[in-house]
Amino acid sequence: MTSLAAMPARKEVPAPRSLLSQAAPLIGVFVLATLLPFVSNDYWALIGTRAAIYWVLVAGLNLVVGFAGHLAIGYVALLTLGAYTTSILVAGNVLPPVPVFLALPIAAVVGAVFGVIVGLPALRLRTFYFAMSTLGFATIVTQIALAWQSVTGGGIGIAGPEFSAPFNTAWGFYYLCLGFAAVATWMSANIGHSRYGRALIALRDAEVAAEATGIFKPKMLISIFLLAGALAAIAGGLFASLQTYITPDAFTFDLSVLFFIAILIGGRGSIMGPLLGTVILTILPEIAAPLAAWSTFLYAVLLLVIVLAIPGGIAALLDFRNRRPLASNRAIVPRPAALADIQRKSAGGRALCLRGIAVSFGNVRAIDGLDLDVKPACIHGLIGPNGSGKTTTLNVISGYYASKGGTMTLGDDELPPGMPALRAARGIARTFQTPRVIGESSVLENVMIGGTIEGQASFVEALLSLPRHHRDERMLADKARGLLGVVGLETLADVRADRLQHSELRFIEIARALMLDPDFLLLDEPAAGLSGDEIDRLAGLIKAICRRGTGVLLVEHHADLIFEICDEITVLNLGKILAAGTAGEIRSHKEVVSAYLGA
Amino acid sequence: MLASILASGLAAGAIYALVGVTYNTMFSTSRVMSFTSGQLAMLGGVLGSMFMLKLGLPVIVGFLLTLIGCAIIGVITEFVAVRPVLKNLDQHLYVLSTLALALMIQQVAAIEWGTEPQPFPRVIGWGNGMLDEKFWLPVLACILTIIGLEYLYRRTLVGRAFLAIAEDNFAARALGLPERNLRIASYALAGVIGGLAGFSGGELLLASFANGPLLNFYGFVPVALGGLGNNRGAIIGGLALGLFQQAANFLVGGVFSSVAVFTLFIIVLLAAPQGLFGAATARRV
Repeated sequence: MTSLAAMPARKEVPAPRSLLSQAAPLIGVFVLATLLPFVSNDYWALIGTRAAIYWVLVAGLNLVVGFAGHLAIGYVALLTLGAYTTSILVAGNVLPPVPVFLALPIAAVVGAVFGVIVGLPALRLRTFYFAMSTLGFATIVTQIALAWQSVTGGGIGIAGPEFSAPFNTAWGFYYLCLGFAAVATWMSANIGHSRYGRALIALRDAEVAAEATGIFKPKMLISIFLLAGALAAIAGGLFASLQTYITPDAFTFDLSVLFFIAILIGGRGSIMGPLLGTVILTILPEIAAPLAAWSTFLYAVLLLVIVLAIPGGIAALLDFRNRRPLASNRAIVPRPAALADIQRKSAGGRALCLRGIAVSFGNVRAIDGLDLDVKPACIHGLIGPNGSGKTTTLNVISGYYASKGGTMTLGDDELPPGMPALRAARGIARTFQTPRVIGESSVLENVMIGGTIEGQASFVEALLSLPRHHRDERMLADKARGLLGVVGLETLADVRADRLQHSELRFIEIARALMLDPDFLLLDEPAAGLSGDEIDRLAGLIKAICRRGTGVLLVEHHADLIFEICDEITVLNLGKILAAGTAGEIRSHKEVVSAYLGA
Repeated sequence: MLASILASGLAAGAIYALVGVTYNTMFSTSRVMSFTSGQLAMLGGVLGSMFMLKLGLPVIVGFLLTLIGCAIIGVITEFVAVRPVLKNLDQHLYVLSTLALALMIQQVAAIEWGTEPQPFPRVIGWGNGMLDEKFWLPVLACILTIIGLEYLYRRTLVGRAFLAIAEDNFAARALGLPERNLRIASYALAGVIGGLAGFSGGELLLASFANGPLLNFYGFVPVALGGLGNNRGAIIGGLALGLFQQAANFLVGGVFSSVAVFTLFIIVLLAAPQGLFGAATARRV
């Protein structure tokens, strides 16, 4: 195998793009927006205000649609809800009148609650079902607004809230809305660039891998549904004030379409793109006045074109960095020695112990009463013919399948069956047979995902960009860069992961798993698709990981790799143990040779 | 009151069930749920009213032209919104492409037909009161559709080919079935069923562009209740939904009936994500 000395010295790591350069385009848009009053008239004040209000809603919705990938098409319902709540509270036709600056936060709370209720189906089902539940909500909210006359005024409507000076002029109100829009942008950018934003994208593009790193989907989604609902309701309050008088007719489904399409035109996982999308879609019907009646039709055509021609939206068009060609004939050169630079926090020393595990799919017994002991700081090979239950065993350990009987213990603790999102916290990390990486995120972000549960800052701290959040980000980025150095991919840190080749994805997965500094690392065919040299380097890397006290359970078909590095080997056949022992014992085991290895 | 609930519940339920079957028919050959399903039913009403009232054509001619028009829209759905995104089905781009097409259909209907609901003519002219044709016509259409589909799927070669594709697309193609043509045929069939739903329910729902999103939602609830691709589930679910909605309508008032339907939808999705008659999902890992 390649010796460590022959490897190149650590290359200069490119500096991460500073926060300022990321925020510059957004700040630029808002600086331009503050200059609007000096170059235009009250008519444009109205359009500018409208764009700002829409953006308050879209900024929150962007986290749901663009980051989490849930197709919420009926968010006009939450705008309606916010508009009516604010108007009713200020008008005082149900409760005593409330000042408008108190009514807005109350509306935000109501919006947040309904944001979660509408979002509930998304916890279990994706895409079409969620789209339908938001569509259903949108249809009933309008019906209620129409029918609940004593409160909403029915078809006659209700007066919107009025703001006092200095916000009661066209430009005063414009600046107020612009202020809300700026705060909304700041908050959504904070979340988008935090571990929460990355976790949302991970749940969108690689849900199974996200669970294995300990990302708990309901908690993540409920947090952003709360935020998006609150922002939508505040936008509703402002919208009602802009309209001065609201009726159910003001909240057509066309608005929902505008919000939704603004995000898709802008591009998924971007903040700048949807911001531009919102501004463009708000202005478009104004500059093409004869087309106003056809505006929704145009939006729909635009949506179809975007989906079929440029699925990445404006953000992908503006992403010049990822157009630069990558070096071809890249070699992955891990530096296992660099592992020493990364501090190990876990004490380790626990053994993973499986007793009487059984899993069936229909009438097929994939595993049938399996006993397995994986010792700490030991490489344990799991081999066998296809369909013998190797990957199923890994999936039972990492909680994707629940065993029908038997026990699983880690040290003295019992591992609960199922519940994959709880494994990371117990110190179990894994890779997958087919690499599950987030193609649209950078390599660095992919690795940082692995450390999501190590962050200390709460969602609110990340939202407000408090110090603990910055500490988390620095810690995760430093550790991820260090680990990319260990697996030999640090020069590719800022490249989109979907531009990498297969073998590099395998090493990204290993780096991601190491972010947890796990007591046990489950590797599912890590050598599949690697070249001979790469397999040798992989072997060195696995041994180095093991020397740090991590127990490794290795499922593999490359017999050479298995016999070279494994301390113990278990051979499975038809869900049962055929043989177990050291490499020497297995190599000469008669049944193993005839069933699997061949003469 | 019980008679009213039964009459209007079964009628509305039959329409929802037919829209549900429309969803399923498209889904079976392409694994795509299309937002145009509800729009097809909307067009059934609008086109029917246009042909018979505006253009004064005889009922049977108007009926056939409506179904042909809806079948064409079904085929357009396949060409424009489904085929281009089939390659990466896992990205769920079909949600967006079919939504875009559905919005286009709805906007054209709103602009060309007008935003006010317009009357739908008497089709046959039998019955009054609880036995008015506006109540039994959708039920009859639903029964005829069930019989027709059963005959198609069980007795004809084309129907079996549909089933084969729905069961295992790859295996069906390996056997040499013309998968693409069958898919186009199934979208045309879905168009006919959707058009039938709208036509038979025209007198109950009136001819209005706003029925599109409404039927998209109410037609999808039976699919969610009954399980994707399960026609029997969709029909039972649709009739149950219609009865539930009308019972709530009469007992607690119109607004709360839609709240009740929405709540039911959310609860079912949370409790039984695969629907009450649906099969378990594929393995994830």
